[in-house]
Amino acid sequence: MSFIKKPAVRHPKLPLNELGLTVRDYEGGMSTLCAGCGHDAITGAIVEAAWGLSIPTHRFAKLSGIGCSSKTPAYFLRDSHGLNSCHGRMPSIATGANSANRDLYYIGVSGDGDSLSIGMGQFAHAIRRNLNMTYIIENNGVYGLTKGQFSAAADRGSKAKKGEVNLQPAIDPCSTAITLGATFVARSFSGDKAQLVPILKAAFNHRGFAMVDVISPCVTFNDHEGSTRSYKYSRDHFAPAIMADFVPPAEDIKARYEEGEAMPVELHDGSRIVLRKIDKDYDPTDRVNAVSNLMRNNDAGEITTGILYLDESQPEMHEVNNTTATPLIDIPYSKLNPGNDMLRKIQSRYR
Amino acid sequence: MRPTDTANPEYFHKVVDCQYACPAHTDVPGYIRHIAQGEFTEAYMLNRKSNVFPGILGRVCDRPCEPACRRVRVEEKPVAICRLKRVAADNRGDISALLPKAPASNGKKVALVGAGCASLAVANDLLPLGYECTIFEKLDVSGGLMRSNIPSFRLPHDVLNEEIDNIINMGNCEVKLGNGISSMRNLLEQNFDAVFVGTGAPRGKELDLPGRQEADANIHIGIDWLESVAFDHIESIGKNVLIIGVGNTAMDCCRTSLRLGAKDVKVMARKPREFFKASAWELEDAEEENVEIVINHSPKAFVLESGKLVGMQFELMEYDVDEKGRIVDTRVTGEKFLPADDVILAIGQENAFPWIERDLGIEFDKWEVPVVNEKTHESTLEGVFFGGDAAFGPKNIIWAVEHGHQAAISIHKYCQGEDVSDRLPDGQTLASTKMGIHEWSYSNDFDGSTRTIMPHVSLKERFQKLNIEVELGFSPELAAEEVERCLNCDIQTVFTDKLCIECDACVDVCPVDCLTITANGDEADLRTRLTAPAENTEQDLFVSGALPQTGRVMVKDEDVCVHCGLCAERCPTAAWDMQKFTLHHPHAIDEAAPPPEQKEVA
Ligand SMILES: Cc1cc2nc3c(=O)[nH]c(=O)nc-3n(C[C@H](O)[C@H](O)[C@H](O)COP(=O)(O)OP(=O)(O)OC[C@H]3O[C@@H](n4cnc5c(N)ncnc54)[C@H](O)[C@@H]3O)c2cc1C
Ligand SMILES: Cc1ncc(C[n+]2csc(CCOP(=O)(O)OP(=O)(O)O)c2C)c(N)n1
Ligand code: SF4
Ligand code: SF4
Ligand code: SF4
Ligand SMILES: [Mg+2]
Repeated sequence: MSFIKKPAVRHPKLPLNELGLTVRDYEGGMSTLCAGCGHDAITGAIVEAAWGLSIPTHRFAKLSGIGCSSKTPAYFLRDSHGLNSCHGRMPSIATGANSANRDLYYIGVSGDGDSLSIGMGQFAHAIRRNLNMTYIIENNGVYGLTKGQFSAAADRGSKAKKGEVNLQPAIDPCSTAITLGATFVARSFSGDKAQLVPILKAAFNHRGFAMVDVISPCVTFNDHEGSTRSYKYSRDHFAPAIMADFVPPAEDIKARYEEGEAMPVELHDGSRIVLRKIDKDYDPTDRVNAVSNLMRNNDAGEITTGILYLDESQPEMHEVNNTTATPLIDIPYSKLNPGNDMLRKIQSRYR
Repeated sequence: MRPTDTANPEYFHKVVDCQYACPAHTDVPGYIRHIAQGEFTEAYMLNRKSNVFPGILGRVCDRPCEPACRRVRVEEKPVAICRLKRVAADNRGDISALLPKAPASNGKKVALVGAGCASLAVANDLLPLGYECTIFEKLDVSGGLMRSNIPSFRLPHDVLNEEIDNIINMGNCEVKLGNGISSMRNLLEQNFDAVFVGTGAPRGKELDLPGRQEADANIHIGIDWLESVAFDHIESIGKNVLIIGVGNTAMDCCRTSLRLGAKDVKVMARKPREFFKASAWELEDAEEENVEIVINHSPKAFVLESGKLVGMQFELMEYDVDEKGRIVDTRVTGEKFLPADDVILAIGQENAFPWIERDLGIEFDKWEVPVVNEKTHESTLEGVFFGGDAAFGPKNIIWAVEHGHQAAISIHKYCQGEDVSDRLPDGQTLASTKMGIHEWSYSNDFDGSTRTIMPHVSLKERFQKLNIEVELGFSPELAAEEVERCLNCDIQTVFTDKLCIECDACVDVCPVDCLTITANGDEADLRTRLTAPAENTEQDLFVSGALPQTGRVMVKDEDVCVHCGLCAERCPTAAWDMQKFTLHHPHAIDEAAPPPEQKEVA
């Protein structure tokens, strides 16, 4: 942990976004994670994506569980809302917050332990609800915070720092999420911002549950020989299937791509992502194809990355439940709480 | 780009903007750090090593370091480098035991012509090596322009005397005052092993306009007039004074006039402000004293009434300036008369060597400037060396000092029968400042304070006597604030490419976005692909070798790095380290020392 804070001084020529803010305005407190932790690089990517979209920081809510990964919301988007919940319980908190105020951008940050071990049930149901949020799993294959035990995402056969071998199969969050009904599923790597930042921009603008699994090496407990989540291993087995470019509403896609090369997908706010296939067998709009491809690649030891599955047509939680379009904060108190008489009237209906 | 060769001292030296800009390469951040720790004596001695006159220069140096200071690029105003030098001089302890002493004579005799800073710097370097130095000075006092022209309200005489005495009292040094050399031939016939010419640029430029001869009694040549004031030959001046020219001499003339009774002093400039030669701080100090600086007035004639100067006629100028700031067109739009009792001409100085016979083998160019080798300072006559304003025309004290250092090396080599052009190269030492995981042996946090303002004697008091020093100097408390503004540019970010795992931690944490990991390319292309715009091409890019995992390179734009050390703190593999850079810029004593193998050169 550094003794000094990152000073406020900045490069005099930093570009400004549409709000006149620099990327520095989207930062948070100084990280207390281990130097070189992949999670910090993901923090950097979130900062860059949020700045790039010119969304004011107070329009974000950051939610997390417990773990090194779950600590990171303190390190980005200084002036946004947030809650650091119990281990594995972030999805419930996010559901509650989103129910009350559907107008914010929700970023949930979780770990592979937080989501796939203790929080697996919560994770599954948030997906089923198609909760409108970006759900980031900072996946390092271990419980970093509790000193490096294997998590449910650790690959079978991978070695812990002291040499023990993991004997259980890994839960793959991507194929799991697709099977559970997720409408946006992506995977990336903390060490590749060029890929991660456009994915995050698309995820923030996706209507519904956007799950982004980010391979994020734990330099302290899982960056050794024999690990399948080290920087070196991740780079050696990195297999981009689809590259995504995020195109803001105002820009003309045709000007940027040759016919046939690109597959533009319009998001609900009018912005678009352009998917460029690297693996020609991969079809990110076909659930069955996406899952089978993923399983095949997983078995071959490849880390398939990119936006792996996308369906913009599914209704999200509020639409399914036909809730009010107005965030509760904007509804007058008298209407929100119509009083004892009204309560009695409603209760009498159930007698 | 090819990987940066950081073993060449030039690379890291350039990162220390102030030290690089200083002609004598004073270790600025090094002495500032001493001051921060209250080690004023050490700060003084570190200065003295490079610039010989810290007390003098801490007041009147031209400070090429300050405009170069990195702080200008990240905040606004430079660190008060010059004034901190004075803090070291004002607060140091007794240094007598630390000063070099002349050993027994080595039998070699050197003649130094002129007792200005250039000759004194040569003596400073040669006396400790056993040379016998004889300084010949035309005037009855030593110090050159530092005494005769720089007014005592900027540079008190006791400061000057002390630092000159520290040199000539080393031993084996004779100063022959009132002993102008009128013939180089005669001097060469005397028994000297080498001759150094440090006679300055003693001739003030003339302004030949109608009325010049007739009004002579009230028209003064700036440098001569200042000398007369310094030696009490002139004690008053008229009420209305016009100064022609807007360089530093003009600033001293206008402020001196105010102290001799002038009431309305105008400095007349032909061009707009951005073309002024005077340093910004000298202009500020003059304007604080209510001197009016009048732009776009070109002198046309001296105007007389009944044989006496009553003023000057000026042409009113207009200029067209292109986007690069150059004048492309000039027009006269009218004329104007301004009244004056006295006019002082401060439009420049020239070299003059009437005392050097032209048949001795010392060549002069068509401007009557001697032909001098820029590195060795040797003239076209072996054994005769030039330095200071005498060598390449008027510059300033710190340049004269560095000339002195370089000439001393040559004189030493010449007297020892060595090749004067075979000189030691600059060297460097790098030493890690790491004290713990996140602890460094320097104050690495960025301090956002603005420049400390120099306290001045009140406008009421300062004009009472000519020699009241206007600047009061920083108290140790003020200095303690100012030192923290230094960005520690000598603490270098040293990179080991084979250790980097490309985790991006350093790139993300850098507050000023200096760092990028990217595919290599040529410089022009790389500059467009960095984390933040790298438009300042005067500042280098550091480029690593190929990184082990992806073959990309680490690129650092040196431009606005604040040397906070966070990159090194957040690096899991210590691929970045913060290392103190020490430049070894050789002086005569190094050339005379045992062979350099014994020195640690990283
Ligand atoms: C008004 C004014 C203000 C200045 N202010 C500053 C300032 O604030 N900061 C700064 O850095 N620089 C300043 N300068 C410039 C600086 O003073 C000179 O660059 C510097 O003094 C040059 O040093 P020097 O040793 O080469 O020559 P000088 O200082 O000129 O010394 C030459 C000496 O040689 C003597 N001499 C000349 N001919 C002979 C001879 N034939 N025989 C024997 N002796 C001889 C002269 O009398 C003189 O003492 C100023 C200059 C002027 C004119
Ligand atoms: C209910 C509960 N059980 C167990 C713990 C102990 N615990 C803290 S963090 C953690 C695992 C975190 O792993 P992961 O989510 O992968 O985060 P990482 O630190 O690897 O980023 C565990 C088991 C806890 N805090 N709360
Ligand atoms: S223990 Fe691992 S996951 Fe936690 S901060 Fe350190 S490197 Fe990151
Ligand atoms: S020392 Fe490192 S982190 Fe600090 S400004 Fe320089 S490059 Fe950036
Ligand atoms: S922090 Fe160190 S290991 Fe990580 S990218 Fe920077 S230099 Fe490389
Ligand atoms: Mg984990």
